Amino acid sequence: MPPPLSWIVAIGRFLYNFIVGDDWTMAAAVAIGLILSAVLNANHIVAWWLIPVIVVVMLGVTLRRAGRTHR
Amino acid sequence: MTGLWAVLVTTFLASAVEAIEMVTIVVGVGATRGWRSTLIGAASGFGVLAVIVVVLGAALSQVPIGPLRLIVGALLLTFGLQWFRKGIMRVAARGLAGIGGTDPHEAAEWTGPGMDWTAWFLAFKGVVLEGLEVAFIVVSFGAGANQLGVAVIGGVGAVIVVGGIGLVLHRSVRRIPRSLLQLIVGILLTTFGTFWALEGLGVEWPGGDTAILGLLVVYVATAVTYITLERNRALGLRPAA
Repeated sequence: MPPPLSWIVAIGRFLYNFIVGDDWTMAAAVAIGLILSAVLNANHIVAWWLIPVIVVVMLGVTLRRAGRTHR
Repeated sequence: MTGLWAVLVTTFLASAVEAIEMVTIVVGVGATRGWRSTLIGAASGFGVLAVIVVVLGAALSQVPIGPLRLIVGALLLTFGLQWFRKGIMRVAARGLAGIGGTDPHEAAEWTGPGMDWTAWFLAFKGVVLEGLEVAFIVVSFGAGANQLGVAVIGGVGAVIVVGGIGLVLHRSVRRIPRSLLQLIVGILLTTFGTFWALEGLGVEWPGGDTAILGLLVVYVATAVTYITLERNRALGLRPAA
C-alpha cells in the first residue's frame, strides 16, 4: 500500500480502536446517550443523570456478554 | 495590594483545580501505558497550548470551549469505558496480584518500538483542554481585575506546583498492580469524560465541579459491585472438589 493510503488506513484503525475498541455496543450507547442528553437539555429537562445510568447499565451488559463468551 | 493578592490566590486555586485534572490524566496514563509517549503527548499539548495563547492572547476568551469539552469528553468517555470494563474483568479474575500468568486480553502497556499513539493522544488532549481552561481563568480574572501579570503567575504557578506533586507521586503510582491501575485510570477517564461531555452539551451539573466527586463515588461503587458479581459468578461455575 503506498504511503498516503497506508497512513489514512493506520489513522482510521487507530481511531476505531480508540473510540470503539472491542465492543461497539458501548460506544454506540454513549453516542445515543449524548444525543438524548442534548435533546433533554434543549427541552429544559434535567439531563445529567442519563450518561451515568448508561455507563452503569452498559458495563453490566458487556461484562455479562464477555462472561458468556469466555465460558 | 489586597486586590493583587486576591487575584493571585484566586487564579492559583482555580487553576490548581484544572491542573489536578490534567496531572491525574497524565500520571494515570503514563503509569499504565508507559511514560515516553505520554510525556511526548503532554509536551506536544503544552506546545500547542503555548502557540494558541501567544497567537490569541486576550482574545482567548472567544474560543468556544463548549464544543471542545464535548469532543474531548466524549472521546475520554468511550476510551475510559474500555479500560473500566477490562479493569473490572482483570481485578475480578486475579484480585490485586497484578499481571501474572496468561492474559486473555491485550497487555495495557505499550511494548512496541515506536510511539504509543493512544498514550500520546490521551495526554495531549488532557493537557490542551485543561491548559486552555487554566488560560481562560488567567485571562478572565487577570483582565477583569486589570492584573494580567499577577494572574499569569497564579495560573502558571498552580500548574508547576500540581505538576511537581504529580512527579513526586508517580513512583508510588507505579507500585500499584497493573490490573488495578487500569481499573483506577478507567474510572478516572470515565468520570472526567462524563463530566466534560455533558458540560460541553450545556448540561448543568448539580454542585458544579464537585459533581466530579459524586460521579467518582458512583463509578467506584459500580466497579466494586461488578467485581463482586463477576467473582461470585466465577465461583459458582467452579466444579465442587
